[in-house]
Amino acid sequence: MSGVENIVTVPIAAEAPPGSLRLFWKAFAENRGAVGGLCVLVLLVLAAVFADVVAPHSPIEQFRDHFLTPPIWQAGGDPTFPLGTDDVGRDMLSRLIYGARLSLIIGFTVVTLSLTTGTVLGLTAAFAGGLIDITLMRLMDIILVFPSLLLAIVIVAILGPSLFNATFAVAVVLLPGYTRLARASALSELARDYVVATRSAGAGRFRLMFDTVLPNCMAPLIVQASLGFSGAILDAAALGFLGLGAQPPTPEWGTMLAGALQFYQRAWWVLTFPGLAILITVLAFNLVGDGLRDALDPKLRR
Amino acid sequence: MLRFLLRRVGLVIPTFVAVTFLSFLLIHLVPGDPIEVRAGERGIDPQRLALLRHEYGLDQPLWKQFLRYEGQVASGDLGVSVVTREPVWNEFTTLFPATLELATCAILFAILVGIPLGVIAAVKRGSAYDYGLMGLSVTGASMPIFWWGLMAILIFSVALGWTPVSGRISDQFYVEQWSGFMLIDAWYSDDKGAFASAVSHLILPTIVLGTVPLATIARMTRSAMLEVLSEDYIRTARAKGMAPRRVVVIHALRNALIPVVTVLGLQVGGLLGGAILTETIFAWPGVGHWLVESIQRRDYPVLQGGTLLIATLVILVNLSVDVAYGYLNPRIRR
Repeated sequence: MSGVENIVTVPIAAEAPPGSLRLFWKAFAENRGAVGGLCVLVLLVLAAVFADVVAPHSPIEQFRDHFLTPPIWQAGGDPTFPLGTDDVGRDMLSRLIYGARLSLIIGFTVVTLSLTTGTVLGLTAAFAGGLIDITLMRLMDIILVFPSLLLAIVIVAILGPSLFNATFAVAVVLLPGYTRLARASALSELARDYVVATRSAGAGRFRLMFDTVLPNCMAPLIVQASLGFSGAILDAAALGFLGLGAQPPTPEWGTMLAGALQFYQRAWWVLTFPGLAILITVLAFNLVGDGLRDALDPKLRR
Repeated sequence: MLRFLLRRVGLVIPTFVAVTFLSFLLIHLVPGDPIEVRAGERGIDPQRLALLRHEYGLDQPLWKQFLRYEGQVASGDLGVSVVTREPVWNEFTTLFPATLELATCAILFAILVGIPLGVIAAVKRGSAYDYGLMGLSVTGASMPIFWWGLMAILIFSVALGWTPVSGRISDQFYVEQWSGFMLIDAWYSDDKGAFASAVSHLILPTIVLGTVPLATIARMTRSAMLEVLSEDYIRTARAKGMAPRRVVVIHALRNALIPVVTVLGLQVGGLLGGAILTETIFAWPGVGHWLVESIQRRDYPVLQGGTLLIATLVILVNLSVDVAYGYLNPRIRR
């Protein structure tokens, strides 16, 4: 029994044929926007990982004699604060760098949570069928009835405003996308001969789900995940902006924007840079996501 | 067609019940007893608390409370705002026209600008124009609109002084509200300056709220047009010697619009979510602004009722899009 199982499943679970990574890279590199986005992402990750080394100051240290110092290229700028300081004398550049760390962690947590939960739920729905399938998918439809930001707001209102709860809320909001996608791709794989073969060889349900079918559903899920990063970062920043996400003095970009509102007429830099950081990060993830889709999903390639 | 219609409506009812259940749970999940929250910081006499809890049915089992809530919702009673003591339904219906006006203008802006841009990008495929436009479109779709709104205010209102910073109309005008749409009411008011003021207040919020749908529509139009332009009947039309402009507009665009209209239906949820942020930035007196304030004031009945009404609205819009499809395309009626 176990012998048969091994013979049948090993080739399926084995690594992709050699050279496919290079093929993938060739397809990905054709898209110049995606490569640009990837470069920005690498820089962001480096800044986030080495924030303690790169950032000139602590993100929450208040320099009492440098309130609202403008960036260096403007009159009154101070070389120790390249992008100026905020209303309580904190270095903008350092806060932005630590903010990159937070945003990437938020994006990663949200995507990991919703991707794994969504994949398990979607595969369960596809394999179980019947009442379980209907119940799960109806539940996802109900989540989709609420505008995503509104649902996130309601969840945070129930749990209380904090970075952790905002991250959780955004993960819940993004869950239906992954569940539907995983279910749809699993259903289309289930009818294939290799699944029937594995099943008739006696593979158990779990093995079928995660070992046989899942690897073949990964391409659309990976694409959705990379695009999901941008949605997660945007929604978390919006919650922070509304005062429902990270709380001050946490250097989260959305929260920084909310704090800058009172000063925007006097100090454009307090308002401009955090938003620009959000835009650049989200844009980079979207470009990479588009590139991944073109490279991984040959059906969509033009 | 009638059977199709009945089945679609039948599918909506369980969704609606589930949505009311969620909004019912909301009040029970938020920290604090609703009566104690209403009593405020001074607290409340335990005897009176018990009496009030009994009066509001809060001492009953949860399923009985839920049935009671369903009955209230069915009769249009969504509770009373803790802060203003106004029924939530009344507040919503007073504020909703402002949101609807903004959302309508935003989606019209997105359609009127997005479709032509997408068509031109498809026709000039591979040109610098195409690349530039698609770059802008990704940027627009990535835009944190709360920041975009603030930047627009900083540039156009503060630096250039072209448009007002917030609100729907200048204080100096008194416009009688009968339609709830400021543009219409101001147009029919005696004071002709009122209309200009209403327009100038609407421009920036419209652009800000319309940016993300604009980017999506331009992108969808481009890819739909590219697909249609490679069809045989387009080649035939060209071979017949038909004017290129006519081929694009009459033959291609009509067929390319089908997927674009599909995307439009999906924009409603995102538009309402965006309205929450846009209204907050521009102090636009609509339901989005109202909901954000309700959280800050811990006015949970407002959050509960408002969320329920917005979800209901999305359900109804989705239903009408579905029905419109069934009407237009008999193949999906099955």
